[in-house]
Amino acid sequence: MKHLLSAADLSRDMAGQILETAGAMHDVQNREVKKLPALRGRTVVNLFFEDSTRTRSSFEIAGKWLSADVINVSAKGSSVSKGESLHDTVLTVAAMGVDGLVIRHMRSGAPLQVSQWVDCMVVNAGDGTHEHPTQALLDAYTMQAQLGTLEGKHVVIVGDLTHSRVVRSNLILLKTLGAHVTLVAPPTLMPSGIAAWAGADGFETSYDLDAVLPHADAVMMLRVQRERMSGGYFPTPREYTVGYGLTRDRLGLLPAHAVICHPGPMNRGLEISPDAADEARSKVLDQVSAGVAVRMSVLYHLLASNEGAGA
Amino acid sequence: MASTTDYLITGADVVGSGAADILVRDGRIAEIGTGLDVPSGIERVDADGLVALPGLVDLHTHLREPGREDAETIRTGSAAAAAGGFTAVFAMANTNPVTDTAEAAERIAELGERVGLVDVHPVGAVTKSLAGEELAELGLMARSRAQVRVFSDDGKCVHDARLMRRALEYVKAFDGVVTQHAQDPLLADGSACCHEGEVSGRLGLPGWPGVAEEVIVARDVMLARHTGSRVHIAHASTAGTVEVLRWAKSLGIDVTAEVTPHHLMLETDLLAGYDPVFKVNPPLRPAEDIEAVREALADGTIDAVATDHAPHARHDKEHAFADAAFGMLGLEQALAVLHTTMVEPGRMTWAQVAEATSARPARIARLTSQGGGLVAGAPANITLFDPAVTNVVDREESKSLSRNNPWHGHTLKGAVAATFLRGRRTFANGEVHQ
Repeated sequence: MKHLLSAADLSRDMAGQILETAGAMHDVQNREVKKLPALRGRTVVNLFFEDSTRTRSSFEIAGKWLSADVINVSAKGSSVSKGESLHDTVLTVAAMGVDGLVIRHMRSGAPLQVSQWVDCMVVNAGDGTHEHPTQALLDAYTMQAQLGTLEGKHVVIVGDLTHSRVVRSNLILLKTLGAHVTLVAPPTLMPSGIAAWAGADGFETSYDLDAVLPHADAVMMLRVQRERMSGGYFPTPREYTVGYGLTRDRLGLLPAHAVICHPGPMNRGLEISPDAADEARSKVLDQVSAGVAVRMSVLYHLLASNEGAGA
Repeated sequence: MASTTDYLITGADVVGSGAADILVRDGRIAEIGTGLDVPSGIERVDADGLVALPGLVDLHTHLREPGREDAETIRTGSAAAAAGGFTAVFAMANTNPVTDTAEAAERIAELGERVGLVDVHPVGAVTKSLAGEELAELGLMARSRAQVRVFSDDGKCVHDARLMRRALEYVKAFDGVVTQHAQDPLLADGSACCHEGEVSGRLGLPGWPGVAEEVIVARDVMLARHTGSRVHIAHASTAGTVEVLRWAKSLGIDVTAEVTPHHLMLETDLLAGYDPVFKVNPPLRPAEDIEAVREALADGTIDAVATDHAPHARHDKEHAFADAAFGMLGLEQALAVLHTTMVEPGRMTWAQVAEATSARPARIARLTSQGGGLVAGAPANITLFDPAVTNVVDREESKSLSRNNPWHGHTLKGAVAATFLRGRRTFANGEVHQ
């Protein structure tokens, strides 16, 4: 594996290795001296075309703890408006002699395109409404830590699925790891062609959160942007919360062993109530800490164990 | 061979009706038959095994001049057209400045004439600056030396129903036609770039649902019925559009439609690699839509094939998919695509191809100088097509200035061997004769 562009790049074996290494990396986080020499002399550029403080920080810390030289380049705004093509922007950065590009872009597919233009390693740190493979890895890591395994487990993903890159990566990786997935959203927030997609990939969909929750081993609440209302996706935040929020009342439907996840940032009171966000089953902060470990593992597997990949 | 217009084309299969010789004299077809009485010294063109078709007429071409001469010029676009077997093209109005005045239209016609490889007919904008707000000077464009008869805001839909109604009514005075780019701007806004369906869902690309085309087609056929006007649907791309067209024609509504080579062949699945060369408006559709437009072309529900040839500079395509320019080349591969998808599988005869690529588009545009078929006395606008060769398309071989060729690497059956415009050989042996 040269790049990590999609969760589909991960075989079950590779995903298992990355999660296992992440466990070892997690231990480093608890040391006093948090530094491994694995990527000494390697340069990783976080090329962010879209702001994301948490993802950028997570990749930055991950790279630094592995002793890589990490440089953050913010290329905010679409390249079209600046008159420079994505191709030229990326080649300019790559020409500085980098070993890895960690790319965040507001447009779907941009990291895949970039990987075809450069020789160095490319990691997708979130592209448009397409994928966010390291998020899926950290979600899997977090759920696995609580549930022991994901094999045969039932994961429920709730929220703005149409505009979520998290859900697409999770659908792929959870299937790879043997979990069963149910997507829950109002029909307007279900991705296009979901019926054919669910049929082909073997997952379920539902408009009824209450019916699904009692059978969940994990529930992942996705952020719902208030701006979606202007697109007519749902009438009011209040109505959304009543139908699809993880409210205090709904917590009672969730089994005691189940895990509550949220990729953040949370809209407290909209898709997740404070009661749910702060209770014992909620692993939101565990996810953040797992994010660093998983990204260390990804960088390690792509850069350290693959000599010559950064030609 | 420079400017001679006398030829004897020998042994060509004339529009699929069997081998014959075509005698071309003084820019006209003098005679078609076997054992013709041929004057001495006339140049013979061996067309054994080739199909002779009437010169192709493209209702939908983007030549980019004026404004984007880095992507295409009237000269390079004309060369690509000649290489594709075309003898007339209709140049869309979305240039910079927009073709929305008589002066702008005359300028394009004049530049086309100066190049002389194909007849270049400007399409006039329906609304000033394509803004969709006020009618452009349709009548002055019609009265100009360019004699504009086809009007379109192509690239943008005339979505204001009242304005569309007025445009349809107004052009009746000079037997004009409005070509509609059918795209409801709220159901498919400017960001919509992938057919809405499983592929757009998986790829996370903004969906362009077929219904955004179909509701405008349905509205416009009703407006055409109400006003008693002619409406032409650009680049019909969905099964739903075909159903509406079929229904409207059954009621006698004066609607015509075109389909592009790419919508006849290329599926939405090609977007999986996010290659912007496959970004086009309307988007590539799934197999069921492709089958529907093929069937509609074969049975005449769709009247014409038009390329929507849309050259783009490389740097306008080297963006993220959603940011890249819409459009793909079409002139040079159109006939081979039509052969590969329709003729070879037995779905269309050469006579039907001639109707869809020459006679009907000329009639829709009220073009009297072309589209008259291969008959004695007609202007010698002739395309020779070799159905036997198999070509792997190489975008570098294009006469266009641009390289956004969606068939690059595809295998197509057949190739244009030569093109004659009023007896002048504009293309032969891979070379354009300026």
